[in-house]
Amino acid sequence: MTAAPQIEVPGGAAAAPPRVTRGRGLLVAVAVLVVLAAAPLFLAPFATTTLTRIVVFALFAVSLDLLVGVTGMPSLGHAGYFGAGAYAAGWVSINVTAEAPVPLLVGAVFGALAAALTGWVTVRSSGVFFLMLTLAIGETLQQVADSWESVTGGANGLAGIPATRVAGTALANPGYTYWYVLVAATLGVALVVLLARSPFGAALRGIRDNEPRMRALGYPTALYKYAVFVVAGSAAGAAGALLIAQQRLVTPADLGFMTASFALLAVIIGGAGSLWGACLGAALVIIVRDALGPSLDGHGTLVLGIAFVLVVYLLPRGAAGVRLFRRRT
Amino acid sequence: MVVSILNGFAIGFLLFVLAVGLSLVFGMMDVLNLAHGALFLGGAYLGAALSGGWGGFLTALAVAAVAGALAGGVLSLMTEPLRNRTHLDQALLTLGVALVVAELLIMVFGDDPLSVDAPPGLDGSVTLLGAVYPSYRLVIIGIGAVLALVVWLVVERTRVGALVRATVADREMVATLGVDNRLVKVAVFAVGSALATAAGVLGGPIYGARPGLDAAVLILALVVVVIGGLGSVRGALVGALVIGQVDTFGRVLLPDLASFILFAALAIVLVVRPQGIFSGPVGAR
Amino acid sequence: MTVLRCAGLSRSFGALKAVDDVDLTVEPGARHALIGPNGAGKSTLFKLVTGTMRAAAGTVELNGQDVSRRSEVQRCRLGMSQTMQHASLFASMTATETVALAVQRHSGRRIGLLPRSRPEVRARAEQLLADVGLAGRSNVVVPSLAHGERKQLEVALALACNPSLLLLDEPAAGMSPAERARLVELVQGLPAEITVLFVEHDLDLVFALADAVTVLHLGRVLLSGTPAEVRASEAVREAYLGTRRREELFGS
Repeated sequence: MTAAPQIEVPGGAAAAPPRVTRGRGLLVAVAVLVVLAAAPLFLAPFATTTLTRIVVFALFAVSLDLLVGVTGMPSLGHAGYFGAGAYAAGWVSINVTAEAPVPLLVGAVFGALAAALTGWVTVRSSGVFFLMLTLAIGETLQQVADSWESVTGGANGLAGIPATRVAGTALANPGYTYWYVLVAATLGVALVVLLARSPFGAALRGIRDNEPRMRALGYPTALYKYAVFVVAGSAAGAAGALLIAQQRLVTPADLGFMTASFALLAVIIGGAGSLWGACLGAALVIIVRDALGPSLDGHGTLVLGIAFVLVVYLLPRGAAGVRLFRRRT
Repeated sequence: MVVSILNGFAIGFLLFVLAVGLSLVFGMMDVLNLAHGALFLGGAYLGAALSGGWGGFLTALAVAAVAGALAGGVLSLMTEPLRNRTHLDQALLTLGVALVVAELLIMVFGDDPLSVDAPPGLDGSVTLLGAVYPSYRLVIIGIGAVLALVVWLVVERTRVGALVRATVADREMVATLGVDNRLVKVAVFAVGSALATAAGVLGGPIYGARPGLDAAVLILALVVVVIGGLGSVRGALVGALVIGQVDTFGRVLLPDLASFILFAALAIVLVVRPQGIFSGPVGAR
Repeated sequence: MTVLRCAGLSRSFGALKAVDDVDLTVEPGARHALIGPNGAGKSTLFKLVTGTMRAAAGTVELNGQDVSRRSEVQRCRLGMSQTMQHASLFASMTATETVALAVQRHSGRRIGLLPRSRPEVRARAEQLLADVGLAGRSNVVVPSLAHGERKQLEVALALACNPSLLLLDEPAAGMSPAERARLVELVQGLPAEITVLFVEHDLDLVFALADAVTVLHLGRVLLSGTPAEVRASEAVREAYLGTRRREELFGS
C-alpha cells in the first residue's frame, strides 16, 4: 500500500494564498495604472524605455503565471511563444503593415498557433516531465529562428522593424510607444486576470491542486490544460508583438532558455498564482538586468541567478507557493 | 553512409557519458539537475583553454573530472536542505546555479565561440572500409565504449551499484531497510557530474565552446534520459546511441529540420511509452 | 433495470491476477458492500468500475448503457460518482469552493470564462455541506479540516455530481467511533434514488449499512448475497481467517 499523500500546510496557518478583497484590489490597480500612465511626463527617455520593457515583460510573466501558478504547469519553454509572436508581428510590420492593432493581433494569433501545435504533446505529461518537454520545445523554436534565415533573419534576427503606427502616425517617440504598450498590456493582463477569476479559472486551480480528483468529478482535464496552454501562448505572443513595438528588433535569444528562465524567476519571486505578483517580479528582473546591468559590468544575469537560488531557499511556502508536484512522504 | 553511422555512434557515446549522470541522479533522488549542461560547457571551455597538445588535453580531462566531481558534490549538498520540498524547488535551484555558472563562464572566457583542436595525432583521419574517417571520432567511440562498460560494471556488479539500483527502484524501501545511502547519493552526483564535465572536454573538437551550448546539450541529455528511462544505465546507453543516430542522420538528410526530428522523437516516445523504453514497472514518476 | 452490471471483469499486473473474471450486479436503491480480506482485489475492482483503470477483459454497464470503453470523466457525467480513499482534495480551497467546483460542473450550464457571481452554485454547495454535516465549516480551508471532516467533504463532492450510483472507497477509514456513527447516519439518510456501492473493511459498519454484500477473495467473487448469508458462510470465514490453509499446512 502506498502511503497516503499528505496535504501540506505550507507556511503554517495561512495555507491559502492571501485573498485581497475585490474592491480594494481594483482600487489599487487603478491607482497603479494612473501612476504608470503619468510616468513618461516625469521620467527621462531612458527610464521610459526601461518602463516600457517592464510592462512588456510583465504581460509575458503574467501569461506564464497563468500556466505555472494557476494551473500548475511549470513551463521552461514559454519564451518560444513570446518569440514566435515577436517574429510574426515583426515580419508583418515589415512586409504588410505596421498599423495597430494588426501586429498585436498577429502576435497573439501566432503565439496561440505555436502553443497549439506543440501543446498537445506537453499536456499529456506533468511535473518534471512537462518541464523537460517545454524546455525542449523552447530550444527547438529557438533553433528554428536561428536557421530559417529567409524568414527570420537567422542568427542576427529580424532588424529594421518599422515603428507601429496608430491611426496613421508612427510611434516614434518613446512616450507614445510607452502609452501604446501600456494600453495593450493592461488589456492583456486584465483578460488573463478575468479568466483566472472565472469558473474556468477555479477549475484550473482544481487541476493544479489535484488533477485526478478533478477527472473523477467529470472534468476533462487534458482539454482544460490544452486550452489554457494555448491562451497563455497567445498572451505571450501578444507580449512579443509589444516587444518589437519598443525594441524594433527580435533575435533568437528572445526565444531561448535565458529568457524563459527569467520569466520563471519573475513569476516565482512575485509568488506564483497571484498574477499581480508576476508583474512585480517582472519589474525586478528588468530593473536588475537593464537598469543596474551597466553598473554591474553587464552581468546582471549573475545577480539574477544568485537571486534565483536565494529565492528558492528562502521562500517559506516553497518556490511555487502551492503544491505543484506530489510530494513523496 | 558508413561515415554517417560511425559519426552517429561517436555522438551517441559522447551523449551517453554526458547523460548517464543526469539519469542516475534523477532516478535516485528525483532531482532534475538543470545545471548539467553548464557542467558540460565548463569542461568544454577548460578543454579550449588548455588545447594544443597531448599534455593540455590530458590535463584538461583530469582537471575537468576533479572540478566536475567537486561541483557535483556541492550541488548535492545544495539540494539536500530541499529534500522535503517539491521537486520543482530542487529543479529551480539547479536552474539558478546553471544561470550563475553560464554567466561566470562568459565573464572569464568572453562571448565569442571558441574552437578546440583535437590532440596531435588524432586530428587527422584514417581510411576505414574504403571511407576516410576522422580519427578523433573513432577515439571517442573507443573511450565512450570503455566508460560505458565501466559504469555498467559498477552499477550491475558492485554492492554500491546494487544500492543505486535499489534506490532507483524503491527509495522508501531502501530507507526503511535502515541503509544510509546519503554518501552514495553524493557520490553518484559527483561521479555523474565528473562524467559530464569530461564529456565537455572530449566533445571540444566536435562542438567547440560557446554561450548557449549548455542549454543545447542539456536538451539532448534530457531527451536521452526520457527515452531511455530514468535511472537506467542500459536505457541511457541505448537512448544515447539512438539519439546520436537520429541527430546525425537528421543533420545529413534534413539539415534545417534537424531539431524538429529530435523533438518529434521525444514526443513520440512520451506519447507511446511515457516511462521510457527501459523503465521497469516502477519506473514511471 | 440494474444500476450497475459488471460481467467478466479482469485485470492483471504482470503475473498477478488482481481481478479475475468478476461479475457484479447492483440493484437500484441498494446499499451494496464490497468486502474481502487484504489483497482480495477490492481497490482494483473499484477502479475498474469507476474507469480510473481500464479492464483487460469484461464489461461494465451503467443503467443499461455499456460504459466499458468510457473514461472516468465520461462515466461521472453519466451518473457515476466516487469518493477517494485518501481525501487529498484541493489544498488551496475552502470547503464551499471545493464543492462549488463539482456543482458548477453538473449544473447543466457551461463553465464560464468570465467572473460571474453565481449565487445558485454557492447555495447548492452550502446545502450539500449542511447535508453531510459540515454546516458551520463553509469558509474553512481544506488543510484546516479534521480528517473525519475531509471524508465528509468527499461525500459532499460525490453527491454534488448528481449521481445515480455513488461509489464510496473505504469511507470510514481512519475515523473515530463518533465520526463513524455520523457516517452511518449520513449514508442511511441518502435518498433511495441514489444507489450506493461501498468498499469497506469495517465489518460492523458493513452489516449496519448494507442490504447486499459481495465478497472478493484473491481476485474472484467468493459469494454474493444478503448480509445474513455472508455472515453464515463457512467459506467467507475461512477466507478471512485462513483456516483451511492452516489445515493444509499442518494437517488436521
